[in-house]
Parts: sequence; C-alpha cells; structure tokens
Amino acid sequence: MHIRLKIWRQESPDAAGSMKSYTLDQVDPDMSFLEMLDMLNEQLLQHGERVIEFDHDCREGICGQCGIMINGRAHGPLKHTTTCQLHMRTFREGEEIWLEPFRATAFPVKCDLKIDRSAFDRIIQAGGYISVSTGAAPEANSIPVGHPVAEAAFDAAACIGCGACVAVCKNSSAALFTGAKISHLVLLPQGEIESQARVQRMVNQMDAEGFGHCSNTEACEAECPQQISVLHIARMNWEFNKAQVLKK
Amino acid sequence: MLESKIPGGPLEDKWSHYKAHAKLVNPANRKKLDVIVVGTGLAGSAIAASLGEMGYRVKSFCFQDTPRRAHSVAAQGGVNACKNYKNDGDGVFRMFYDTIKGGDFRAREANVYRLAECSASLIDQAVAQGVPFGREYGGYLNNRSFGGVQVSRTFYARGQTGQQLLLGAYQALMRQVNAGSVQLYARHEMLDLVTIDGKARGIIVRNMDTGAIERHGAHAVVLATGGFGKIYYLSTLAMGCNGSAIWRAHKRGAYMASPSWTQIHPTSLPQSGEYQSKLTLMSESLRNDGRIWVPKNKDESRVPNQVPEEERDYYLERRYPAFGNLSPRDIASRAAKERIDAGYGIGPLKNAVYLDFSKAIKDQGEEKIKEKYGNLFRMYEKITGVNAYQEPMRISPAAHFSMGGLWVDYELMTTIPGLYALGEANFADHGANRLGANSLLQACVDGYFIAPYTMANYLADEIKSGPIDIRHAAFAAAEEQVEKQLQLLMGIQGNLSTDYFHKTLGKILYDKCGLSRSGKGLEEAIREIADLREMFYQRLYIPGGYAMNTELEKAGRVADYLELGTLMCYDALTREESCGAHFRVEHQTPDGEALRNDRDFSFISAWQWEGADTPPKLHKEPLHFEFVTPAVRSYK
Repeated sequence: MHIRLKIWRQESPDAAGSMKSYTLDQVDPDMSFLEMLDMLNEQLLQHGERVIEFDHDCREGICGQCGIMINGRAHGPLKHTTTCQLHMRTFREGEEIWLEPFRATAFPVKCDLKIDRSAFDRIIQAGGYISVSTGAAPEANSIPVGHPVAEAAFDAAACIGCGACVAVCKNSSAALFTGAKISHLVLLPQGEIESQARVQRMVNQMDAEGFGHCSNTEACEAECPQQISVLHIARMNWEFNKAQVLKK
Repeated sequence: MLESKIPGGPLEDKWSHYKAHAKLVNPANRKKLDVIVVGTGLAGSAIAASLGEMGYRVKSFCFQDTPRRAHSVAAQGGVNACKNYKNDGDGVFRMFYDTIKGGDFRAREANVYRLAECSASLIDQAVAQGVPFGREYGGYLNNRSFGGVQVSRTFYARGQTGQQLLLGAYQALMRQVNAGSVQLYARHEMLDLVTIDGKARGIIVRNMDTGAIERHGAHAVVLATGGFGKIYYLSTLAMGCNGSAIWRAHKRGAYMASPSWTQIHPTSLPQSGEYQSKLTLMSESLRNDGRIWVPKNKDESRVPNQVPEEERDYYLERRYPAFGNLSPRDIASRAAKERIDAGYGIGPLKNAVYLDFSKAIKDQGEEKIKEKYGNLFRMYEKITGVNAYQEPMRISPAAHFSMGGLWVDYELMTTIPGLYALGEANFADHGANRLGANSLLQACVDGYFIAPYTMANYLADEIKSGPIDIRHAAFAAAEEQVEKQLQLLMGIQGNLSTDYFHKTLGKILYDKCGLSRSGKGLEEAIREIADLREMFYQRLYIPGGYAMNTELEKAGRVADYLELGTLMCYDALTREESCGAHFRVEHQTPDGEALRNDRDFSFISAWQWEGADTPPKLHKEPLHFEFVTPAVRSYK
C-alpha cells in the first residue's frame, strides 16, 4: 500500500506545532497502525530526522496508553478499538490520513502525539478507591455480591483510562471516565459506604483540572474502546445530587 | 556464600515463625525512613501502597505515563488461590505441590509453600478493594480450572483479571498519594543504583519528558520492574518492558538467578511479517475447547477445512494422551516447535499450528463457544481479519515470562543489603516453569504480604542511619556514569537504528537460547552477541536530543539486553540438563522428553557480574527437598 500522512509535529510543550506531510510505500495491509508509524520512524531515522513521539505500550488494547486522533476520530475509524488494535487494511490504497494528539485543555501536548493525562490520576487520587489498608480485609465470601451487580461493576471498571472520551467530547468533559469509576465503586457493597464523599471530591477535582461539563451528546460512549455506557454518567449525577442534598 | 535465610522447622510453620520473630519499626519512627519503589505493576503498587499505609515515606517510580499502565494490566486468565470454595480437595499443601512440580523441582520449598499459604488473603484483599471477580448467582465467588491442575482454584474477572487486580493496587496507591505518604514519579526511568558502604541507598533516574537526571536517596530500594522477555524483541510483553533496572543493579553487585529460564507461551498469534513489533497472546483457556493440529503432509496446500480428518496430526493428543491439548505450557510449546522445525508448520511463513474449534462448535454449538471465548474470537478477527468460528486459528509459541531474575533470599532481599526484588523481577517461586495464573499471585503476595514484614526486619536497624544525603560522593559518581553512558550512546552517530540491533538479538536468542538449546548453538550465540554488541557501539544512530527521545530510551535498554543476552546463554550453557522451560537437546529421553539431572543440577544458578568482556561468575545455591521428593514430570 501507498499512503500519505499528515502528522502533528511539536518539539516541546511550549513550542508551536504544525501538520507535516509524509508518504510511505510498501505498507503491508496486515500491519498495525502503530507498526506503520514504526516504519515511518525508521525512515525518518535513516534520513537523520527526529522520530515522531507517540504514546503506546502494550499494543494489545488494554494498557490505555495509545491514543491518536485519526482523521478526526479518537483511535481512528473503527468503533470500540484502540489505536494499537487498528490495522492498515482498514484504510484505502493511496489514502491521506491525518494524525493529531488527543486535544483538551486538561491534556497538554508534551511532544508530537504524546500528551499529559496525569489529570486522570489526580481525579482518582481525589477519591477513586475504597479505603481499605493491606491486612484489613475480611474473608472474601463474607459479603456476597449478586452476579448482575458484580457484572455491572465490572462493565464500569473495564475503563482503560485512554482519554478518548475526553478527546471526542466537544466540551472536553471527563464525565465518562469519572462516572465509570464512581459507578464501579458505588455498585459494590464494599465501596458504597464512602460514596458521598467520593463523588463530591472526584467531581470537584474533575472541574479543577479544567475538563468541561457533560452535555449528553454521548459521543464518548460511541468512541470508547471498552464500550463504557453513558448510564454511568447518569449514575454519577444521581450520586452527586444525592450527596448535595444529604450534605444539607 | 549465598545465604537463603530459610527459617528452620516444619514447612507449614516457617512463615509464621519468621513473622513472629521479625524485627518491627515503631510507628513513630516509620516517617523517618525512606523507601524507593521502582515499578508500579502489581508488586510495585502493592508494596508502595502497603508501606505508605504503615507510615513510611515512599517514592514510587514508573516509566509509563501513569502507574495504572504497568504490564500486569495485560494478564488475562486469572489468579490462583487455595480457598477450596469448590470443596474439591484444594489446600495449601496441594497448591504448593502443584506449583513446585510445575516448576520441575527447581524452586525452594519454603518460598513456594509461603506463596500458597498467602494466596487466600490476597483474594480477601482484592475483593475489599473492589476487584469485580466473577461470581455465581448466589453472590459468592466463582472459580475455574486452569493450567492442567485438577482443582478449581483460579479466580477471574472475565479475561481482564490482571487489569482489575492492578486497578485495585493502583487505587490503593493513589489513596496513599492523596494521603501524602507516597510521592509519585511517572515517566521516570531508573538508570543506576547507588550503593554506599555496600548497602542500597538510592537510585539515579532520568525524567523521560525533560531528560533531566535526578538523584533519589532512601534507606531501602525495591525493584518491582517485571520481566525481561522483551529481550527476544517479538514477545507477548509491552513495548516498554525492559530489564534495565535489574541489570544495572546486577552490575552494582546483585546476582542474577536462572536468567535463561524464559516461558515461551504456546498460544500466541504467529509473526506475519518483518515489520511485526509484538505477538499478541490468546488466553490459554482456549485450549480447553480448541484442538491443536498440523497437516500430516508437509506440502499441504489445501485450506484447513478441506484437510480430511485422517490427514491431520493432532500431535499433542498423540504424544500426551493423558493431558492432550491441556499439557503444560513448556510441553505444548516445545511440541509445536518440533512440528514447525520438522517442516509441518502452516501459514504463509510456515511458522504456526492450527487451533481448531470445529469439533467444540459441533458438540456445544456456536453460541456456547461465543459465550466462553467471544472476546478472544473478536480480538483474533481484529488482528488477523479471520473469523475463527469458520476456520481454525493460527497460533505459535512466543516469549512470555521470565522465571529468572534477581536472586533473592527468603526475605526477597538481593545480594545487596537493602535492595529488594519483587514479582517477576526476582527468580524465586516458579522454578523452571510457571503455572498459569501464578504470576499475578506471586506479584501480589510479594507486595502485599511478604515484603512489608521482611523490609521492616531490615529497616528496624536503619533508623540510626539518619537521612540519606544525596550529596554523597557515591551519588555524584553514579550520576556521572549515567550521563557518560547517555553521551556515549548519542555520540556513536552511526547509521543503524536501535530496533535493528534489538531484532537481531531477538532472533539469535529465539534460535539458540529459546525453546531448545544446544551446547554448540549457545557457544555460537555468545560469539554472535559479542559481535553484535561491538557493532552496536560502532554503528548505532540516535536522532534527536537529550530531552524527550524515544530512541534514546530504547538504546539504553538494548545496550543492557546485549549484556543480559550473553548471560542467558552462559546460564543455559552451564546447565547440562533439561528442566521445565530449559530444554537442552543433548539431554532428552529417547521419545524427546526433558531429562532432568537431580544429582548434578539440583541447585539455583546465581551469577555475578565480572565485566562486559569477562565471563560471569557462577555461584550455586543447593536446593534441599525435605518435604517432597522430586519426581519425573509426566503428562503422558
């Protein structure tokens, strides 16, 4: 395959960036998208140019580190697929592909396609956990959890923290990410106890990080590699309102 | 002399006896003690969070952009624990025996017993953290069987058990960051260990975003940096997984144990081209219903579904009628390689075997198979474009797990006082072959339940040391050495990329220090790696500068791999027997099975660094079997 690429290049967080054009020949349709970038980087290196920095690690869709806006879509044209699981057979011969970093005020660009998602860590730090220290746990079967509840908690907990939900949202909202964690923990009897304080602290932190509000376009769910449901946002809002009322 | 510090007494009392007599640190004194933890996978997050909860001052480092991405996240199948919830006869001793047998009697009895003993508490801890394990309709935890054992002791969270356990540990860690007891350093890579008067006292790290070199001091250093299977280039590991932290500690005096014992996983996707960067694992659970075969005809050109039954060789069922397609990983991988090497491999590169679900679909219906493995079939189709409900999967063995690692004693301390190695970074519990669902277990148990006790035993005497001063000459010297190495790599200005050297090294190791090894091949490999290393320092090219630079990061890791690869070959060369994943072609039974030699090789090989151009020095830690008798591992 022959393909043409337009890629965002930015030296450092403070530098101005711009789109640069590249072409690649002999792309194998069975290559993964990131292997295509490896190929381009090898070509740049042979010409003595700085390689394109991009986030990636496990390359099997679970670590959540990869994430590129491809032709304006988070993780590219396939639904519910991370960038690393995308293959070149998805693209047409001669196609022009545009690559940009995930963009949001709360996700500053570090270099080229690499971004800073530490805001997500700080949201979790604000309360995305159950306060149990090592050694304090009771026998695991002492608190039964219904099968449907455990499954629903899992669905929320499956979030990989990639940030596609933020990147695709016109408001750069982190409501799906935050809602998924709140939902995961509040559904379980172990996590329900702290739910009030948790939801307030996490939502406040989300706002403090500069993420926008949710306006229910549901674009996040459509692009989420893990198909996390927007119902978790509704549950977060419910829990938040409940906490506000109970506070008074 | 290697002192394993195994407590005396009956097997079942050793750990409780140790805990009852270990030294403690007064809660008021803990905030005066600093601990560095490198790595934030299950072992690293668990120990950092646990020490933070106890009141120590902890610094946690990882190279990923957040701790939650450490490679524990990718483990699929499950975590073992002997809860005996199925009432099927499980217990600590049985789990201990399965594990030590699975490791081909090349692990310490006391360590393995402790692993089994602590397994039940881990499930309690994880459930309390909110890990959504699979449950039965009554609300109680479910189990499945795994990896050839005869009881159901594997807890699972769909096919994402590693992810869910890691998120539990990560959240515990974030709670401590919030509490101020743990300071987080993401995107920081450890480049050297600092020792003062023989004790581990800190590390030198590089901030991967800015390129800044930093010094960090502590009273103890924990390396929980995972395995180094990525040395083979093509592996099931993440691209960033590396051996640099443990290797640099090794060069500062920590011994490496059994570095050549690498688990090659039988059910990975095959390589499809030269560009390939990664071999994706397909869960071992597929072997519960899939049948593995190759055509009997070497030049078979028909598509698999048109090859008639009588012209298929179900070689695992043929060679191992008792365990068949569920034979342990080392056996299944080796049998696949035997067929592929003999010319019966399938696929365009003739490097794979079929994993066929047609019989299971016929017997159980497609819906049932979809319910069990739907996500895996979807993943397979995403990557290969092939619908595995209609034609067999193609699978192939791939480097997966390092049983070897830094040598540690019963306290998980390396040969450098104050330096600990946890999880896959150490060698301790899996012997020469790891059983499925035991890696998550070992990482968690090391981090939550063992190191918090054994480290206190060491730290109790460290209060009198006072704060560690990073202005000490040892820090300056280590920092200078790190900077010199970076300048050396950047200054070569040749014309070949780091990936070229990594791929070439990986190929040498796959061919000569992989699934089967020979004395002649290993000697060749040592020479070839030496030549490759020489070429690396003449022809490497790194574009860009000292700030954020992926190529510079990779070059440092590959420089270490080129030394570690040599050590692996020496390790495999000197072990003149076959055991577990280590198969020496000179040592096999007439029907091609591993031939262990307990009389001469019932010991752990611990290697001391002697310099890049000098062969390493071997130390032997004899293995004593007081409670079980090593037997021949048969799956026939």
